[in-house]
Amino acid sequence: MRRLGLLRLAAVLLTTVSVLPAFAQPATGGGSDTTITLVTHDSFNVSKRVLRDFTKRSGIDVDILRAGDAGAALNQVILTKDDPLGDVFFGVDNTLLSRALDEDIFVPYEAPALARVPESVLLDPQHRVTPVDTGDVCINYDKEYFRDQELDVPRTLEDLTRPEYEGQLVVENPATSSPGLAFLLATVAEFGEDGWRDYWQRLRDNDVEVVEGWEQAYNEEFSGSAAGAGDHPLVVSYASSPPVEVVFAEPRPARAPTAALLSTCFRQIEFAGVLDGTDHERAAGRFVDFLLSKRFQEDMPLQMFVYPVLEGADLPAAFVKYSKVAHDPLSLRPEEIAQGRDRWIEEWTDTVLR
Amino acid sequence: MLRVRGLEVRYGDRVALAGVDLTVDDGEIVSVLGPSGSGKSTLLRAIAGLEVPARGSVAWDGRDLAGIPPHHRHVGMMFQQHALFPHRDVLGNVVFGLRMQRTPPARAEQRAREMLDVVGLAGFEHRNVAELSGGEQQRVALARALAPAPRLLMLDEPLGSLDRPLRERLMIELRELFTGLGLTTVYVTHDHDEAFALADRVAVMRAGRIEQVGTPLEVWQRPATEFVARFLGYNLTEAFGDGRVGIRPDGVHVARAAAASGSGVGGVDGVVVARAFRRDHFLLRVKVADGDPLEIAVTGAPVPAVGDAVHLVADPDAVVRFDEGTPPPQLP
Amino acid sequence: MIVRPIRITRGSVTRAAMLAVPVAFLGVFFVYPVVSIIGRGLAPDGHLDLSPVADVFADAGLRKVLWFTLWQASVSTALTVVVALPGAYVLSRYDFPGKRVVRAALVVPFVLPTVVVGSAFLGLFGEGGPLSRLGLEQTATAIVIANMFFNYAVVVRVVSGLWSHLDPRQEESARVLGAGRGRAFLFVTLPALRPAIVAAASLTFLFTFTSFGVVLILGGPRYATLDVEIYRQTAQFLHLDTAAALSIVQLVAVIAMLVVAGRIERRHHQALQLRSAADVARRPRTRRERAVVGLTLAGTAAFLGAPLAVLIERSFHPDSGYGLGFYRALSELRRGSALFVSPLEAIRNSLVFASVATVLAIVVGGLAAFALASRRHEPGRRTRGLDALLLIPLGTSAVTIGFGFIIALDHPPVDLRASPWLVPIAQALVAAPFVAWVMLPVLRSIDPRLRDAAAVLGASPARTWREIDLPIVTRSLLVAAGFAFAISLGEFGATLFVARPDYPTLPVVIFRLLGLPGGLNFGAAMAASVILMLLTALAILAIERFRVGAIGEF
Repeated sequence: MRRLGLLRLAAVLLTTVSVLPAFAQPATGGGSDTTITLVTHDSFNVSKRVLRDFTKRSGIDVDILRAGDAGAALNQVILTKDDPLGDVFFGVDNTLLSRALDEDIFVPYEAPALARVPESVLLDPQHRVTPVDTGDVCINYDKEYFRDQELDVPRTLEDLTRPEYEGQLVVENPATSSPGLAFLLATVAEFGEDGWRDYWQRLRDNDVEVVEGWEQAYNEEFSGSAAGAGDHPLVVSYASSPPVEVVFAEPRPARAPTAALLSTCFRQIEFAGVLDGTDHERAAGRFVDFLLSKRFQEDMPLQMFVYPVLEGADLPAAFVKYSKVAHDPLSLRPEEIAQGRDRWIEEWTDTVLR
Repeated sequence: MLRVRGLEVRYGDRVALAGVDLTVDDGEIVSVLGPSGSGKSTLLRAIAGLEVPARGSVAWDGRDLAGIPPHHRHVGMMFQQHALFPHRDVLGNVVFGLRMQRTPPARAEQRAREMLDVVGLAGFEHRNVAELSGGEQQRVALARALAPAPRLLMLDEPLGSLDRPLRERLMIELRELFTGLGLTTVYVTHDHDEAFALADRVAVMRAGRIEQVGTPLEVWQRPATEFVARFLGYNLTEAFGDGRVGIRPDGVHVARAAAASGSGVGGVDGVVVARAFRRDHFLLRVKVADGDPLEIAVTGAPVPAVGDAVHLVADPDAVVRFDEGTPPPQLP
Repeated sequence: MIVRPIRITRGSVTRAAMLAVPVAFLGVFFVYPVVSIIGRGLAPDGHLDLSPVADVFADAGLRKVLWFTLWQASVSTALTVVVALPGAYVLSRYDFPGKRVVRAALVVPFVLPTVVVGSAFLGLFGEGGPLSRLGLEQTATAIVIANMFFNYAVVVRVVSGLWSHLDPRQEESARVLGAGRGRAFLFVTLPALRPAIVAAASLTFLFTFTSFGVVLILGGPRYATLDVEIYRQTAQFLHLDTAAALSIVQLVAVIAMLVVAGRIERRHHQALQLRSAADVARRPRTRRERAVVGLTLAGTAAFLGAPLAVLIERSFHPDSGYGLGFYRALSELRRGSALFVSPLEAIRNSLVFASVATVLAIVVGGLAAFALASRRHEPGRRTRGLDALLLIPLGTSAVTIGFGFIIALDHPPVDLRASPWLVPIAQALVAAPFVAWVMLPVLRSIDPRLRDAAAVLGASPARTWREIDLPIVTRSLLVAAGFAFAISLGEFGATLFVARPDYPTLPVVIFRLLGLPGGLNFGAAMAASVILMLLTALAILAIERFRVGAIGEF
């Protein structure tokens, strides 16, 4: 009797194994004709109801494949372009756009709704990619800190090098973090090829703190986040962080504890595209239309914490109440980014870390 | 009947058995005697099928056992240090072979208990083997080997780790047991007392070969080679002026140095350099003018003391001559 | 020269059959993908170009990365072994109330996602933390300490797996012979333990050599390891040539380390007189013994417990009074999202994946261990090579393996891209070598005469395996299974970087929550971490309850 131990263990494990096929079919509803696969990064999200309605109306089921962070996801799509992982890719942004276009991974698709999208986010005239959302990477500050210290809030990037802000800023490593890269690009856009290294040298002299990822910067080093035990009142984060900080607080504060410095924002634009080699080009196009639909665009802010590109899409109340949008964010053309990105990261590493 | 013919075993380039011939009749106890490293254990392992011979054969009742794996050879084996299964209790060890034979559990357990009774361990059934004394472990190992009623029992230095009085008692008991059960037995030891006490015949091994086979008396009285003689404790000497001979320790008589030179064969003078009491005799080490010191056993008084000059006379019956005078041929 | 006939014995056929499974598994799921991705980097058009490898050594920055990787792995390994030995001693030699719980709890740090542990350590070392005065934030010391925290359990459990079977009488006899406590340990126990220590140290080295998250979070950007660099070059820059060169450097370093470890292990390998664990362990008797047990347990609790305590405390809402708010948030936040997972679902996914991975790991790793250990006399060259080969997946960047999967496993018969099986397979790739490596020293310590005795008593090779090897090795098999389970629960490995259908596990839930601003998200991540901790401890307790009955504690 007792000797059955190992057999029993095996039996239990095998039983659990047999459960696996039972849920090997993604649960995105049924009864439809076509199933397309969306390849995307780990931050993608959508409301259950919104996606279900799309399936109901179009008869298209959507399998979602997540492929790591934005960089890893794009690179996998590039590596598998001869035998694509899916039908639609969502999540390439302007910092990586030219890599995607150079590799010819998309087929053109011109969504009718592009008519209601501002010119400034239409970066590919051939419509191989379709803009879906924007997100601004900006310095966030801890309101309470500056109030308590009776210190003026810095207004510009240049201000951050002033002695009264010594040791107050925490940034992410652009080599491993997407907001970190965006902020580096912001400084390049602001100070130009010739001036940005000097600016970072001055930031370094002013005791800027560098950490690897956003999680650590925001949750651990920043004093303004609800989680934060940190003592840096300035952090590189998103323009959407202040409203999100309010939405996910209990109890909800009347005012956001943090705010973004709108003059420091760099705009990330995220695109979707129909993958070359798909067997469901029509359905894939309809899914891109869906991404630009009012329904999805209005759902997006509270799912992915980004801003809609569709004119007329309403922002959620919390976004209106607790955040402002930069009207003239810093930006670089995708070709400039493509040419400079890797070199800037190397030079940044030399300037700031070594 | 076990018949081993020209058996050769190699471990890589090392030759462990270099052509062994040996026959063991049904019911016979054969002792394989030799120094460590002479290939005794390998011989047992090859017979059991645990080693695959490079040449030669092992046959039982005329049937070649080549290709028959150990678990189908129906031999029993007691290993050096017993190799008891640490994860099973005493009964679990003894009953193991019976279980492998698919003996019904009740019968197997009954037989195992009988075997424990035979070796005097009744009541130890559920003891943990690691807690047993050396002697008890040895009995468990014996009971385990006997329980499946093997057609051939092989024992590898079974008494090696035991103290002397226990060993001497067990030697007799084992012989009684084996002859009582009519077991065909191969018994490996490096101790000639043990071999002589137990065996019907003794095979002396050296460097992977058998040097001599015979009854204990034959081997003891007429060692065939210098090696066997030396291994049995003979003095190898030319001191008696009669060429190189082997002389048994108890075949040398002592006379005081001054007295009666010329009586007996030869005769040689020497000085006692060491003396040890051995229950029924004294063992003297005597330095002689020519060659290695001699070891002689002296019974009865007077026993010379260390430093005494003595005159030694050899008993002709205790003197052995070797024809060969050549070492055994080199191994390939 | 002697020409020896090749003998095909039944044993060698069995061994070959047993080896076939792990060889095929590693071949398809490790060698093939890794060779594919390296090939894509170094021979994109079919012509092998090794100049990127030379470039790696020419680049001072990369040389520094290589050096730091080796340095932190070596130092962490040495310190972990030293610090963990007392724990292994106490767990092997003494019985005390709650011992099973302690054994299970030890593994908790091992499974926690590095992000969470990093966060916990920052809670201790960082500004405002109770240990902030030590000034450890963003230092190499912090990396080493966190590595020790992760791998403490590996050393304790692997070493005590053997130690708890070592006959204490050997040490006692040395003491009787006049050796002091220290000398008896040094000259009797330590050599006997060496195979297990080498095994544990090798594992620790590999885990720390490829440590990724710990270095990123605790070391800060100034410290980079090879793995971080490979991740950057592959996942961020798509510089497959540099990544391939770095992967080759990593593989060579890992193989060199394994060869050295293998040498040490074999040189000191000896058959031991093993006893059942129940005989070896006893209650502490003297005051001195009680003090040793008490102090060791207290030290372990402080070292492993402090960061965990930070997590637990944070999960109970320290800001506005303690409560279960974060646990509620875990099942309520973002319920309407298509990719929302309830905690129960995440737990179920975690358990299913971990079970599958554990079964795979035990089959693959177990067969490998038995096959490698079942050779007689002179160890054969081939199996020696395999010994080391087995562990290479542990020392290979998860990004290399993951991207290899993506480009290699995309045609039938192994079209596994985007299959849920990818997850447990990737986990088993880490867990299977682990299983084999934990079992090998114990299997090799089994006196071969036990098998001979069984054979002579009529047991066929298969029966011998079932009656002798399996029961004796069960204890370490269970330890290995526990670790395999833990490895998969903690979601180590390639799956984090590859396209996968969405069956989010607890660590994935934790990652997602940590990626968002807002106190509720952060708190819910802490709550999920605590649930993961509990789940791990319970799973390991449950696994270890399975015993092969008649053989007691072995």
